[in-house]
Amino acid sequence: MYKIIRKEVLAPVIKLFEVEAPKIAAKAKPGQFFILRLYEKGERIPLTIADFNREAGTITTIFQEVGRTTKDMGRMNEGDYLADVVGPLGEPSEIENFGRVVCVGGGVGVAPIYPITRALKEAGNEVISVIGARTKDLLFWRDKMAAVSDRIITCTDDGSYGEKGFVTDAVKRLAEECKIDRVWAIGPMPMMRAMAETTRPLGIKTIVSLNPIMVDGTGMCGACRVSVGGETKFACVDGPEFDAHLVDFDLAMCRLAYYKEEEKRAEAAGSCQSGGGCGCHK
Amino acid sequence: MPQVKSTRHEMPTQDPKERRKNFDEVALGYDEETAVAEANRCLNCKKPKCMEGCPVEVPIPQFIQLIKERNFQGAIKKIKTKNSLPAVCGRVCPQENQCEKHCILGKKGEPVAIGRLERFVADYELTHGSEPAEKQPPTGKKVAVVGSGPAGLTAAGDLAKMGHQVTVFEALHVAGGVLMYGIPEFRLPKEIVQKEIEKIKDLGVEIKTNYVIGQLESVDELMEQGYDAVFIGTGAGLPYFMNIPGENLNGIYSANEFLTRTNLMKAYKFPEYLTPIRVGKRVAVIGAGNVAMDAARTALRLGAEESIIVYRRTEKEMPARREEIEHAREEGVKFELLTSPVEFHGDEHGNLTSMTCIKFQLGEPDASGRRRPVPVEGSEFEMKVDNVVLALGQGPNPLVPRTTKGLEITKKGNIVAEEETGATSKPGVFAGGDIVTGAATVIMAMGAGKKAARAIDEYLKNK
Ligand SMILES: Cc1cc2nc3c(=O)[nH]c(=O)nc-3n(C[C@H](O)[C@H](O)[C@H](O)COP(=O)(O)OP(=O)(O)OC[C@H]3O[C@@H](n4cnc5c(N)ncnc54)[C@H](O)[C@@H]3O)c2cc1C
Ligand SMILES: Cc1cc2nc3c(=O)[nH]c(=O)nc-3n(C[C@H](O)[C@H](O)[C@H](O)COP(=O)(O)OP(=O)(O)OC[C@H]3O[C@@H](n4cnc5c(N)ncnc54)[C@H](O)[C@@H]3O)c2cc1C
Ligand code: SF4
Ligand code: SF4
Ligand code: FES
Repeated sequence: MYKIIRKEVLAPVIKLFEVEAPKIAAKAKPGQFFILRLYEKGERIPLTIADFNREAGTITTIFQEVGRTTKDMGRMNEGDYLADVVGPLGEPSEIENFGRVVCVGGGVGVAPIYPITRALKEAGNEVISVIGARTKDLLFWRDKMAAVSDRIITCTDDGSYGEKGFVTDAVKRLAEECKIDRVWAIGPMPMMRAMAETTRPLGIKTIVSLNPIMVDGTGMCGACRVSVGGETKFACVDGPEFDAHLVDFDLAMCRLAYYKEEEKRAEAAGSCQSGGGCGCHK
Repeated sequence: MPQVKSTRHEMPTQDPKERRKNFDEVALGYDEETAVAEANRCLNCKKPKCMEGCPVEVPIPQFIQLIKERNFQGAIKKIKTKNSLPAVCGRVCPQENQCEKHCILGKKGEPVAIGRLERFVADYELTHGSEPAEKQPPTGKKVAVVGSGPAGLTAAGDLAKMGHQVTVFEALHVAGGVLMYGIPEFRLPKEIVQKEIEKIKDLGVEIKTNYVIGQLESVDELMEQGYDAVFIGTGAGLPYFMNIPGENLNGIYSANEFLTRTNLMKAYKFPEYLTPIRVGKRVAVIGAGNVAMDAARTALRLGAEESIIVYRRTEKEMPARREEIEHAREEGVKFELLTSPVEFHGDEHGNLTSMTCIKFQLGEPDASGRRRPVPVEGSEFEMKVDNVVLALGQGPNPLVPRTTKGLEITKKGNIVAEEETGATSKPGVFAGGDIVTGAATVIMAMGAGKKAARAIDEYLKNK
C-alpha cells in the first residue's frame, strides 16, 4: 500500500498527488513513468513521474480526470492508500547538452515535461519553455517551469492568459528568431502530432512521449505497441519517448480509442447517486 | 491379487455446453471413493517406471500407497517432499508425456491417473488444512529470487526449508507468474494458486510484488545490498508478433495481453473489475500450442460466437496437449488448418475487419522433425474476423539480462545456465525455468528451481 501524503487541486479536473514510494523515488529519472492500481478491482494505469524527492522518499504525479480510474482517483485524499504502485518504468530521457532546447508542455503534459526541462537545464542547455492550455484555469506549474527555464512562453487557446494561440505557433516563431537544437514536446496526441509537423520542415529533431494503453508496463503484453519508423516498438520498455518525426500518430490515436465504449460503461458503473464515492462499485 | 481394471477412472467434467459460457473449472476432480479405487489400480512396482518421467522425482508409488490406506494427509506430505505446488501440477502437468507415459499399466491398458491422484490429495490438503513443513535452523544467509513463477517459487520454498532467508521480487502486483496471468481460471483456479503460494510464504519466504528488477534495482545492486546469492526465474514473457502488415490494428491481441486482461485483471467480470477486453463475434487464434487452446477457449467464454484456431500445419503437428485440443473441440472451437494469415485489414477507425490467409501443404521434415509447411501459390483467401489473438510463442524478457553485468546470454536472449545446477557465468547468480530453456512447462521450471536451490545451498555452504 502506498500512502498519498499530499493532494493539490491544480485545476478543476487536474490534480496532484505526492505518494510515498521511497524505492521508486530513489531511482526515478526524468522521462520515466509508473503504473498504479487504486484498489483490488481497479485497472492498471500509467502516469508520469512528474517529480521525485529522494530525501522524503516520495514521487509526485499530476493527472487529468478523463475516465473512471482517474475520476475515482480524484476523489481520494491525503492519508488514503493506493493499492499498487510499480516503477520506475520506461527508458529515461536522453539528457545531454544539446545547446538550445525548447521544452513544450501542452495541458497536463506540463507535468511530465517539468523534470525533463529541469534536467536539460542542469545539463547546461539554454532552455526555452513553451506551455499551453485551453484556458487560464487549466494552467499549472508555470512558476516551477519558469524557475528551470531561461525563458518561458505561455499560450492559451482563448487568450485568457499569455499569448493567444497554440504552442506550435510559438515554436514556429521561436525558430524564426533563433537556432533551435532540439524540441521536447509532451501533451495530448493531436498536439504532439502538430508539433511533429511543425518541426519536420524545419529539420529540428523533436522528441515526444507517447501514452498508449498499457497493461503490465514491462514488455510482457504488447498492448502498448506503436509504430516508429515502420518498426513496431513497445512504448513501455523501448519508450515512452520517441523521435516525433518517425511516429505513426494516426495508428497511435486509433489504438487509444479502442475501448471507448467500455470506458463509458466503466464510468457509468462508478457513478451512482453518490458519484461513486460510496465505494459500492469498487 | 484382484484383476486390475484396465481403464482408469474418469474424472467428471462440466458439460461442454455449460462450461463454454463460464470460467469455472472444467475438470471437477475425484471424490474420495474414486481416488481410492484409482489408487488401487497401482501395482506399487518395485522399480517404478513412472518416476522416471517426473522431472521433480515425486515418490509416486509411495504416495499412491498412502491413498490406498486412506491416509490422504500422509500422501500429500509424501508428495511435498519433492513438489511444492502439487495442486498446480496435478492440474496442468502434461502427465501423458511424463509420469503417466512411463507407467507400466500403460503398456496394455491405461496408465494410473497419477496426476488426478496428485490433484486429489493436494485439494484434500487445501480444504482440510495441513501441518507446517519441516525447516532447517536458520543459516543467516540471504537469497534473492527474481520472478515468482513456478521456477522462482520452487527455488524459494526449497531454500527456505534449507534455512536460508529468502526474498522473492515480482514485477506484477501478484505472485505466480504464468500460473496467475496466463493459464486460465477454468483450467487452474487462481484461488488454488494463491493457496499454494500462501504455503510457501508460511515457510518464511517474503514476496515483494510491484518490484521490477532491472528498473527498480539491478541484480548487481541486490548483491551489493547483502544477498549472498540470486536466482533468476523471470520466464519467457515477451510475446512474438508476425511482422506482417496490419498487425497493430485494434482488435489484434498477443495471447499474453488477451490472457492477462482476462485472468490477472479479471476482465471477464468487467465492469465489476475495471480492466476492459473486447471480443467480437468471430475470433481467430493463430497458433496451436497450449497457449492457443487457452486463448480460443477463453474467447468463447468471453462471448465469441465463433472461435477458430488457424494453424499452418495439420492436427498431427499441433504442439498442444491432446486433452486440451479435445476440450477445445468439445466446447465448439473450430480448426482452420494448413492456413496462416499474411495481412490484416481494418476499417476507418483502425479496427480489424478481416485477414488475408494463404493455404499451406506439408513438405519435407524440418529440424524439429515435423513436416515443413509450404505455401500454396495463389491460395489467398479472405477471412472475416473481429479479433485475432497471436499465440506464436514467447521469448525471454530482456530487462534482467540487459541490466546484469557479466551474465552470458544466448543469441535468442536466454540466460546461459548449467542444467544440473542453474549456475550462470556470474558467480552467485543462478537461473532456471523459461528464461533459460525458452517456453517449456510448469514442472520443468519447477525442476530447474529445485536443482538450483540445491546448488545454491552448496554454494552458500562453501562461501
Ligand atoms: C507512459 C504514460 C504516461 C502517462 N502520464 C500521464 C500523466 O502524467 N498524467 C495524466 O493525466 N495522464 C497520463 N497518462 C494517460 C493516463 O494513463 C490515462 O489518462 C488513464 O489511463 C485514463 O484512465 P481512466 O480510467 O481515468 O480513463 P478511461 O476512460 O479508461 O480512458 C480515457 C482515455 O485514456 C486512455 N487510457 C485508458 N486506459 C489506459 C491505460 N491502461 N493505459 C494508458 N492509457 C489509457 C485512452 O485513450 C482512453 O480513451 C499517461 C499514459 C502513459 C502511457
Ligand atoms: C497460456 C499458457 C498456458 C500454459 N499451459 C501450460 C500447461 O498446461 N502445462 C504446463 O506444464 N505448462 C504450461 N505453460 C507453460 C508454463 O506456464 C511455463 O513454462 C512456466 O510458467 C515457466 O515458469 P517460470 O517460473 O520459468 O516463468 P513464469 O511463470 O513466466 O514466471 C516468471 C515471473 O517473473 C516475473 N518477472 C519477469 N521479469 C521480471 C523482472 N525484471 N523483475 C521481477 N519479476 C520479473 C514475471 O512477472 C513472472 O511472474 C503455459 C504457458 C502459458 C503462457
Ligand atoms: S509432478 Fe507432474 S510429472 Fe511429477 S508426478 Fe506429479 S503430475 Fe506427474
Ligand atoms: S509404474 Fe504405474 S503401476 Fe507402477 S508404481 Fe508407477 S504408477 Fe504404479
Ligand atoms: S504495457 Fe505490456 S508490453 Fe508494454
